[in-house]
Formats: sequence, structure tokens, C-alpha cells
Amino acid sequence: MELVAEREKVAEGETVMKIKKPVIKPKPQVVYEFDISNINVFYGEAQILKDINMKIEPRSITALIGPSGCGKSTFLRMLNRMNDTIDGFSFNGTVLHKGSNIYDKKTQVEDLRKKVGMVFQKPNPFPKSIYENVIYGLRLNGVRNKSVLDEAVEKALKQAALWNEVKDDLKKSALALSGGQQQRLCIARTIAVEPEVILMDEPASALDPISTAKIEELVFDLQQKYTFIVVTHNMHQASRISQKTAFFHMGDLIEYGDTETIFTKPSQKLTENYITGRFG
Amino acid sequence: MVRGVLFLAGMSVIVVLGGIFAMLFYYGMHAFSDISLSEFFLSTSWNPSAYGEPTYGILSMVVSTLFVSVGAMVIAIPIGVGAAAYISEIAKPAVRETLKPVIEILASIPSVVVGFFGIVFLGPLIADTFGLSSGLNAINGSFLLAFMSLPTIISVSEDAIHSVPEEYKAASMALGATKWYTLVKVILPAASSGIIASIMLGFGRAIGETMTVLMATGNALRMPGNLFDSVRTMTANIAIELGEVPFNTTHYYSLFAVGLMLFLMTMLVNLAAERITQHIGRHKL
Repeated sequence: MELVAEREKVAEGETVMKIKKPVIKPKPQVVYEFDISNINVFYGEAQILKDINMKIEPRSITALIGPSGCGKSTFLRMLNRMNDTIDGFSFNGTVLHKGSNIYDKKTQVEDLRKKVGMVFQKPNPFPKSIYENVIYGLRLNGVRNKSVLDEAVEKALKQAALWNEVKDDLKKSALALSGGQQQRLCIARTIAVEPEVILMDEPASALDPISTAKIEELVFDLQQKYTFIVVTHNMHQASRISQKTAFFHMGDLIEYGDTETIFTKPSQKLTENYITGRFG
Repeated sequence: MVRGVLFLAGMSVIVVLGGIFAMLFYYGMHAFSDISLSEFFLSTSWNPSAYGEPTYGILSMVVSTLFVSVGAMVIAIPIGVGAAAYISEIAKPAVRETLKPVIEILASIPSVVVGFFGIVFLGPLIADTFGLSSGLNAINGSFLLAFMSLPTIISVSEDAIHSVPEEYKAASMALGATKWYTLVKVILPAASSGIIASIMLGFGRAIGETMTVLMATGNALRMPGNLFDSVRTMTANIAIELGEVPFNTTHYYSLFAVGLMLFLMTMLVNLAAERITQHIGRHKL
């Protein structure tokens, strides 16, 4: 199918050239950040995700909501293959990232994770200095130049809205920071390597309201640069920051669409019940 | 009542330790009424039964002890830490559950059996391999002591590595690090205080071990030039001479002084270990 489409386009282009009409750029084919089709995930016998289909656009914020155990975290961790090492994990379906199949045998999982970063529920900075934490991924990628690293640290910490609080003492242990600062440090560590996607697994659930607001704010500010996919238990958070919302329930994707629509005119009764707090 | 009994049990440890130290110190100090400190620490000649002019220099024995035990650590550290990392991070559960008890059993082999193994197997092997007349030398002792300190190093290191939070690992993997990179850059550094403690415990064991080195290192009383020389360690010297020495002579007291020296060395190692682990701990937390 794709091949045929390609040929037609070429043919069109030639025609256009011949008759010397102003060149109309063909509308660029949308390359989805993630194109997920017919995903089934099992842990041993238990089916965690059932026939999920979802397309996620680049430079957007997608919220994944649903009651505990609905499969939203499993779904998220599938996108950077963090489920791979879990005992009994099995999987079928396809997950395309920028058009390439991330579960293909040829895909290097390390390369995928360099493009698809992740921020965890519990802040997990390494027991190293703030500086060392931010440059961990750069070192991993072979960056050795001190001034490049210094610059990257400043840039990442600024983007993560942490620079002003720590710039005087970058040698301080990351574990001496508050929980909210630690989580922003983890975000800085993730964006220092300039990934394309940032996955967040309830990034603010362990934080106080002020820290939560800071994290939401910075995600909002960074959406021009990265694609965010955020698992959240917090309905307000989902409605505040995301453009798209996906509602999971018992392994099914019940509803996926514009956040506004989902929160004002959900098409499924189940979604409505959940977002209005009748269960969950 | 119960409280009192437990209190006595707890105190007994301190009493025994204090008693041993007091005895070593009391008898050891007697030696220095006849032996000058400089001779004791700096002379390489130990010949207390020489007619006319006995000598009491422990330097060659101290160096021998260090040769054998440092050699043992050079061998045991990479193997021990490697094995610990393997068991904790790489081995499948079935392999792990087999290896751990095997290592415990290793620790229970009597030292005399290890020494015997050194005499009949490792000694000839070393002699053949390096073209020596005798395989009873420092390197033989190092191998045996390495073997004997491995269970300590492995099990304590394994505990330390195993207790590194999963979150660190996940963070590293999520940044695109391989398992190997994560192990070297995150897990081992995070476990370093425990690993160093395990090494110091192993080192203390190696310094204090007696029977094995007595059997396997040749017992030559002279300054060793290299690892292929026969050596007599401080422990072996005490064990050999204390049974024969006339009571309450300078020779008798000097053996206590050697024991005191040994005690101080192992204590120093332990204190150093504590300092190092605290230092790292502070930087981490």
C-alpha cells in the first residue's frame, strides 16, 4: 500500500512540473510519535491490556487515566520497553515509534530508550551529585567535553525549573534535595539527553501541591519540544495539562480523544462515571 | 532476671575482648625491657634462641604477613566482587539458590584442610608451573587465603549489591544504559561501602589466619624478596614458637608483643574500613 502511494505522489509531482503550475506542497504525511495497533499484553496468564489501538501525535501531551490496575502504567512502560524484564511478560501487536517497530528484533532497546525517556513515580536520583545526575545520560552517550557538559547541565536544569535553586551547589548530593526538587532533577536528567518523548508515570503523586504545580507548569512549558505521555490519578491534572486523554479500564481502552471532549462530553458512560468520581 | 542474664551475655564479649587485649599488652610490654623498640620494629632478624646475642626483629614477619594477605586480596577482590555481582544481578534464581549455600559450605572448610590442599596439590602445581624447587611460598599462601576469604567477600558484597534500590537500576536503564553499564556506574558505586567492608573483613581474616599459612608458605625466617619466596608470617611464628618457648623469658614475652602487633594491625584495618564506609556514606546521603 505504502509503495503505491509513494509512486502516485512522484507521478503527481512530475505532472505539476510539466504544466508549471505553482508547486503545491503535498500535505506532509503525519508521522505519529507512536502508532499503536492491536496490542495485547500478558503477565503470565493474566491479560493486562486488551487489543489497544492508539495514535499519539508528536509535541503533544497525552494523559493516561483510569483506576488502579487498569493497565495504564503497563501501557506506558511498553512504550520504552521497560516491561521486557518483568517475569512472564508477553506481548503481541505492533508499536511504531516514528514509523519503526520498537519490538522488532533489530531494534536496540538502549537506542529506543535514549529517544523515549522516562520519569518515574517515586523520584529516583542516583546517589551522586546533582551535576553527576544530570550528565549521566550524556556520559553514557560518550560526551566527555567539560564545557559541553557544563552547558548541558545548566540548560537541562533551567528547563526543569531547578537551576535557580541549585546553581550554587551542583556538587551537593542529589539525595539532599527535597522530593519535589529530586523529581525535577529526574526530569532534568531525562531532558539532558534531548529525547523525543518523555514518559511520566504519576510524576507528582508523591509530591506536595506546590511541587506538583511546578512540575505541571514545566511540562506545559516544554510541550513545544517534547512529546509527553503522562499517567495520572489526578483528574484535574489531566484536564489542566493534556490535549489528549485516554481512559483505561480493566485493560481496555474505553475512550481516547481530545481532553476537552472527554471531560465535558464523554461518549462512554464508564468514562463519565470515572471522571465525575463515581468510582476509581 | 532475663534482662540481667542478657546483660551479662552482652558484657561478656567486652570482658573477653578487654581481657585478651590486657593480657597481650601486659606480657607484650615485658618484652621491651630487654628489646629496644627500634630493634623490634626495624630489624629483619628474628633469632631469639641464638647463643649469646639473640635478635628480635619482626620486620620480615610483618612484611611476610602483608605479602601473603595483600596478595590474597589482589586475587580475591575481583573474583569475590565479580561473583557477588553475578549472583545478585545476573544469575537466574535457580543458579543463585544453588550458589549461595555452596559458598556457605566453602566457608566451613577447616583451615587445616585448606593447608593440606596447599601442600599436596597447589604447592607442587606452583613449583611445576614456575620451575621452583618448592611450591611452599608466599603465593601459595595468597591463593589459599584468597580462597578462604572469598565466602566473606562474596556474601557481604552480595548483600550490599542486592540492597541497592531497584529504582536506581530502572533510572539507569530508562536512560538507555545497558545492564553492564548500570552495574559499573550505578550499582557497584551505590554498594561501595558494603563492598569495602567485605574486603576489609576478608583482609582481616587473611591477616589473622594461622594454620593454612603455617602449612603452605614454607616458614623461612627471612625478608621475602618476591611472592615466590618462602615466608613465615607473624601468626605462623607465634604458633610455631609458643609451644617450645620457656615461660617468662624475653622470647616468651616477645611472642606476646608479636601478638599485640597483630591485634593492632587487624584493629587498624577494621577502623579504616569503618572510616571509609562512613566517608562514602556521608557523600551518598
